Amino acid sequence: MTVLEASNLTKIYGEPCGECVEHTGPAVGDNQCPVCESVVACAAVDFELYDGEVLGIVGESGSGKSSLAELLALDSEATAGRVDDDAHDGNLLDADYQDRHELQNHHIGMVHQHVRDGLELDFSGGGNIAEKLLAAGWRGYGDIRSRVRELFEATEIPVSRMDDPTATYSGGMQRRVQIAKAIANDPELVILDEPTTGLDVSVQARVLDMFRRIQREQDVATIVVSHDLDVIRLLADRTLVMRHGRIIESGLTDRIMEDPHHEYTQTLINSVI
Amino acid sequence: MTDRTADSVGTPESVDAILDSLDTDSLAGYNYAYLDEHTKREVRRSILSAIALPGHQVPFASRAMPLARGWGTGGMQASLSLLGPQDTFKVIDQGSDESVNAANIRRLAAKTTDIETTTDATAASIIQSRHRIPEAVLDEDQILVLQVPVTDALRRVDGSDDANRRRHAHRNYSKMWVALYENVVEYGEIKLSSRYPVMVAGRYLMDPSPIPRWDVPKLDDADNLFVFAAGREARIYAVPPHTDVEPLAFEDREFQVERFPGQACRRCGSTDTFLIEVETDDGERQYACNDTSFCQKRSASPALSKAHHREGDDHAWGPPTDPSISVPERSASPAGATADDAETSREEGDRR
Repeated sequence: MTVLEASNLTKIYGEPCGECVEHTGPAVGDNQCPVCESVVACAAVDFELYDGEVLGIVGESGSGKSSLAELLALDSEATAGRVDDDAHDGNLLDADYQDRHELQNHHIGMVHQHVRDGLELDFSGGGNIAEKLLAAGWRGYGDIRSRVRELFEATEIPVSRMDDPTATYSGGMQRRVQIAKAIANDPELVILDEPTTGLDVSVQARVLDMFRRIQREQDVATIVVSHDLDVIRLLADRTLVMRHGRIIESGLTDRIMEDPHHEYTQTLINSVI
Repeated sequence: MTDRTADSVGTPESVDAILDSLDTDSLAGYNYAYLDEHTKREVRRSILSAIALPGHQVPFASRAMPLARGWGTGGMQASLSLLGPQDTFKVIDQGSDESVNAANIRRLAAKTTDIETTTDATAASIIQSRHRIPEAVLDEDQILVLQVPVTDALRRVDGSDDANRRRHAHRNYSKMWVALYENVVEYGEIKLSSRYPVMVAGRYLMDPSPIPRWDVPKLDDADNLFVFAAGREARIYAVPPHTDVEPLAFEDREFQVERFPGQACRRCGSTDTFLIEVETDDGERQYACNDTSFCQKRSASPALSKAHHREGDDHAWGPPTDPSISVPERSASPAGATADDAETSREEGDRR
């Protein structure tokens, strides 16, 4: 069963002239419209996401991965397109602020690339997670505490640091708090935007292991955005390869890794250091 | 008035002359209740809007007053716009009628209008207050105007009014809840000394102005109208009579009023009023009623109930005294009004 069905997702930064999409893309080799200088972050993106599936989105910097993730997490407005989601009647992209808020609290968990976008650094780590629970209507202090503790344990953050300001956490811990926050209300969909970027290799491995375990246990559909092919290889069942705002190749992760069809994907896979 | 000042200023003895003239002069040249009619009408319209949307902050064109902003100019504008010739006015500052600010505001109102002034909370039709709601139960004929320094409860957690207005529009108060959560984490209970955030009619989060927690329960389902006015921020909001006002709290960390275990007012002996702590020169700590006019009444008749002027005595008003200390007789049997109470109640009724 599909959790999410996206068609013709388009996001253009700037004042589009109407021909931006034709003037950009892999064929042209650029994502900036030569006519109006708008930047086409992503265009004509179609994909489906199934129950319990992990979908990887891979591509170089500026290929539109994060813009796509933000659209799906309802953090930014799409220029065009349609997303059908189980949790919402009609086009998800047309949801008003109230519905978006509701969806973000209950159905879509987002792990932001930048900690500041996802966490309130003045609040304690526990407080950041509690915010999600409180927004979802939790009103028992004891219940909130035990749920936060449970999430800290699940994401392997030291429980003893629960009440310290998030700003005092290490980068890996902050990433874990974001993951804990994203899964706090048992969402149907989790979006990870560069979940391991900026972490050292041993911490990367532990964060990925931890997330893989949680993802299996809870069977939550996940979209992983990363420029790192190893992350994608480790987590994703299926993969979309993006370049200049378009999907240039999609398929099972193993197939893409072993037998890349598109010229760019071949370069990408061969260029791993 | 301007002519006279121009004449008399310049000679040293003119100070006496000015003081004399202040006693005798009606404030000729000033409109009734100081403000011009358009301003009063505008303030009243804002008050009506505020009543229609309980807890919602309504902007108004806050005028310059003969007092610095932040000293009660909002309250003054609301009071002066409401005061008619039939009204009786009381002004309280931190529980006292006699503080300089309260006395000056009361005098300005008395000078520019035909109203009576009083210090008796049961005799006033309009009460302007800062930091307190009187201990005596207010009724449906009374309006309490509260001076407000900070209009938005959310400013505690976010300094951006823009973001906060958006939160109000969508009833998104999770950030305030997190602040309370962190408060409990730190102290084991919610410890906000004043400005305790309340939900009004289940819709808007409201800052009840810096009243102590003790006074917060008095806002809920009250008989009287509460008008909150902030001159500096040019906002008015209101809690109409019989509106649900619920302090934010957790199911297992309930809202609590201040506790004064084992303490009673040094002057009148009350244990069911809001007490303040006074440290004497020799380091001794004493407790006294904060509401001076009610304290005076209690001194005269110690068994006086807070609802002594009301028909019947079963008015749930204000917080009960902390159950862990001995419950005073009068609040233990609210229905059992003494003969004295009934007597006083009739007298008050006649007087009004």
